Amino acid sequence: MIPASFEYVEAASADAAIAALTEHGDEAKLLAGGHSLIPLMRFRLATPGVLVDIGRLDDLSYINDGGDHIAIGALTRHRALETSDMLAAEAPLLRHVASQVGDPQVRHRGTLGGSLAHGDPASDLPAALLAMGGSVVAKGPGGERVITADDFFTGFLETALGEDELLTEIRIPKAGGAGWSYQKFNRRAQDWAIVGAAVQLGANPGVALVNMGPAPMRAGGVEAAIASGSSAADAAAVAAAGTEPPVDLNGDEAYRAHLARVLVERGLIEAQT
Amino acid sequence: MSSVGTPMLRKEDPKLLTGEGKYVDDIQVAGQLWMGMVRSPYAHATINSVDASAAAEAPGVHAVYTATDLLGMGLWIGPLPCAWPVTPDMVNPPHFPVADGEVHHVGEIVAVVLADDRYRAADAAELVVVDYEPLPVVASVADAVADASMVHSSLESNKAYHWPLIPDPDALEAAFANATHHVDASFVQQRMIPSAMEPRGVLAVPSPHGGDITLYSATQVPHILKVMVAATTGIPESKIRVIAPAVGGGFGAKLNVNPDELLAVTLANKLGRPVRWTETRSEAAFSTHQGRGQNQRIELAADGDGKLLGVRVHLDADMGAYMMLITPGVPLLGSFLYTGVYAVPAFGFTCDGWFTNLTPTDAYRGAGRPEASYAIERAMDILASKVGIGPDEIRRRNYLAGGEHFENLDVPSTLTFDSGHYGPSLDRALELAGYGDLRAEQQARRDGGSTKQLGIGMCTYVEICGLAPSRALGGLGYGAGGWEHATVRMLPTGKVEVVSGSTPHGQGHETSWSQIVADKLGVDPADVEVLHSDTAISPLGLDTYGSRSLAVGGVAIANACDKVVEKAKLIAAHSMEASADDMEFDGGMFSVAGSPDKAMAIQEIAFGAFTAHDLPDGMEPNLQEQTTWDPPNFAFPFGTHVAVVEIDEDTGNVELQNYIAVDDCGVQVNPMIVAGQVHGGIAQGVGQALWEGANYDEDGNCTNPSFMDYLVPSPTEMPNFTLDFTVTPSTSNPLGVKGVGEAGTIGSAAAVINAVCDGLSPYGVTDIEMPATPQRVWRAIQDGKGGAS
Repeated sequence: MIPASFEYVEAASADAAIAALTEHGDEAKLLAGGHSLIPLMRFRLATPGVLVDIGRLDDLSYINDGGDHIAIGALTRHRALETSDMLAAEAPLLRHVASQVGDPQVRHRGTLGGSLAHGDPASDLPAALLAMGGSVVAKGPGGERVITADDFFTGFLETALGEDELLTEIRIPKAGGAGWSYQKFNRRAQDWAIVGAAVQLGANPGVALVNMGPAPMRAGGVEAAIASGSSAADAAAVAAAGTEPPVDLNGDEAYRAHLARVLVERGLIEAQT
Repeated sequence: MSSVGTPMLRKEDPKLLTGEGKYVDDIQVAGQLWMGMVRSPYAHATINSVDASAAAEAPGVHAVYTATDLLGMGLWIGPLPCAWPVTPDMVNPPHFPVADGEVHHVGEIVAVVLADDRYRAADAAELVVVDYEPLPVVASVADAVADASMVHSSLESNKAYHWPLIPDPDALEAAFANATHHVDASFVQQRMIPSAMEPRGVLAVPSPHGGDITLYSATQVPHILKVMVAATTGIPESKIRVIAPAVGGGFGAKLNVNPDELLAVTLANKLGRPVRWTETRSEAAFSTHQGRGQNQRIELAADGDGKLLGVRVHLDADMGAYMMLITPGVPLLGSFLYTGVYAVPAFGFTCDGWFTNLTPTDAYRGAGRPEASYAIERAMDILASKVGIGPDEIRRRNYLAGGEHFENLDVPSTLTFDSGHYGPSLDRALELAGYGDLRAEQQARRDGGSTKQLGIGMCTYVEICGLAPSRALGGLGYGAGGWEHATVRMLPTGKVEVVSGSTPHGQGHETSWSQIVADKLGVDPADVEVLHSDTAISPLGLDTYGSRSLAVGGVAIANACDKVVEKAKLIAAHSMEASADDMEFDGGMFSVAGSPDKAMAIQEIAFGAFTAHDLPDGMEPNLQEQTTWDPPNFAFPFGTHVAVVEIDEDTGNVELQNYIAVDDCGVQVNPMIVAGQVHGGIAQGVGQALWEGANYDEDGNCTNPSFMDYLVPSPTEMPNFTLDFTVTPSTSNPLGVKGVGEAGTIGSAAAVINAVCDGLSPYGVTDIEMPATPQRVWRAIQDGKGGAS
């Protein structure tokens, strides 16, 4: 529980943060809310040489109407998401999922960008981004690029972000009143999901799974089944297809596969009503 | 107006709740060195070599000592103490603060770094290179019983002891021979990681003038620790002062004598500098003893009506790698309670203690008694279903004294229960639960094919508090007595100073003791100051564990107050020129019978005792008395708990929907504190039933040592508890009090698992292992469905 020693750099701007990343290479890690990184450091599972603190970049904390989408600054705290009227109207799934992260202390510190950039398959928010067909903006020394959620999560705690890139904005297409649901199965309110399912219906239905593989993932088979008009039960039956769930004290593969089917079915039914 | 019986707000809380409480880690002293422990990653291995050279060169490092260095420095004259050799031939391998050539559990200390701060100590500890030769690991009681490999290479068997309690073997045999119904059930009491809010910590400060050492420790037992430090280090007892400052919970895990404490004291003594250590959460799973750890087999013999004829129990108890302070005795604390609240003609109990290559076990809230309560209360439910009657009816048919009030009743486990009245406790709990309606709803759900099953479980527990009559402890082979000491002194200003040997770590003693004193002396509770937890201020005491504080320490204070009043009465009579026999004392005022206008306040008399200008001939000045109370018998609180759970058939999730507890801890001093103890106790027992349990792999590694994986329930998971109380005064002490610190834990695990099994009965499920995780419950349902088809 005592981290190894590290250097600490407070970034004054996004560009300064990118410059620090460029200078220190893979020795550096960005510190936002710290709720994923600091526990890893305390277990000495992560031992970055340099921490670049972007937690005070207030200009990256916003929720704006971007026309066909909602633009959210990467350093927007979960607490701001779960209390946002704009999200209630235009992206209610994201707002609700944010309210299910950890406990109030976590939600006051944790940031949307930090959670997504960590790429944890057990996290809630990546599933929301996937189900809603969102994208992120990455800024590096060469400028900005937009990465879709589908391309963003590449492996266990791995994303498409480059070593010298900073995630600056998240873009969520307006939901347009589409039905939605988030089914999180955990043992205590503040825990990670043992399995979770995020569902958003509408023109481009999205179903994403939490903790069912090495990376946050969509349930492609379920989405295809819905598109072809299958019932919730029939669509949910293929929820575990292609998944590689982890095995731990909370559940083995068979139990998690079962939970995925149960939760997706519940999510589809709730989203339809 | 009486203060006892009122829910007075806790005197302790303003300080604790505003962050002003000073815990060990808050105490900083100049020149202190931090210990960083190098701990074994192996459960069993030979230490080939230790290379500390890189660590010794690391920045901020003062010294690095390997186990060999330390054992060669003559720091300890004996191993860590085990105060409870339960049998004369109990095996007790030597246990020093550091491993002597062979490690026997993950986390055992193999080297110690001393550095300027804890960060440098932790960094340097990582640089110590230890060459281990792994040895075969005994990672469970089952492994131990197989005896294929030894926990310590020096052992010939992993069995530490065999302890029988079979008062009448022939009667027991006959009971089972004559039984119509025979229950034979096995349960696992999983290992629990005690999770106090404050981790353990220690700071040893040698006095600047030499010779004395002050040990600050997050301990429940400063007095016992002082004796044991002296016995282990050879430092004279008179040179050791132990202070337990604010202590943030213990649950038994802080009643031990630990390697870190003995390292800190002896290294501080040797170096002449303060030495400290604060446990990290990750260390706690290895460096602090664990609770429970028993494989239980219980058999019931009953007649055709379900009346018990006999109870037979065997335990295989997990000692872990070493005997700590009371490790071997914990199962024995439960041994007397396996007949529960029931009239049982014949009883037999045996326990085998087994070593394993795991962290040692020792006391954990309830210590032996929750295990006993669980076994008998689970078995009674199984008996009820065999007889074909309800769980309430099986209990009614078997309650001691037919469920009526009794006093001083001998039970077959050789104890005498002080008092009990079990029938009303069950009646009230069922009434508060709305038992009839619950059963109707349960049936409706079953009939309607609901996937959300309702389960209703109950438990009537009895426990042993007020540890303990010293003679009884002697009979059990325990190495100390069970008395408690108190001093009550009235100061010149009329304020009262109470010195108690009982050491709180969250219980609110300052408040409860003030209430007792307020009533006894007729003073304002705010005028009572309670001193404790410092062996220089309170030199005599036996500390806090086993729900003993009120029934032993509180009674000692009350008795000391009585002596104060007796002396004050003599002074009052002298001052008022009356006969002491004619003096009356009420509400803090002494008066002469029949002359109510002539009166003296006790504060006035206290001042007179201080000036000593006009005391009766031969009387010593000052108003101060002390007593030591050694109770004639234990106290036996009891109660009935009812748990209501909803089980999601699709996920296996168990939701605790309602919880009703009707407890009887005798006379209550502060009902708010009582309720708080019951709340916390219930949550801790529910934790064992549904969430918690240390899990080990076959190599003896704990696979869930952090709060991310070891799930301690939070308030969010708890329903609003419904509490009620009956009051059956104890006959074991003049206050009629019993104790309530562990009651909630003792009643709740059985009630919850009985509820889960009740809810799962349509699937043919008869038992579920703790913790009843969703996966376990779901699988039990699947197996049940498979079996039914």
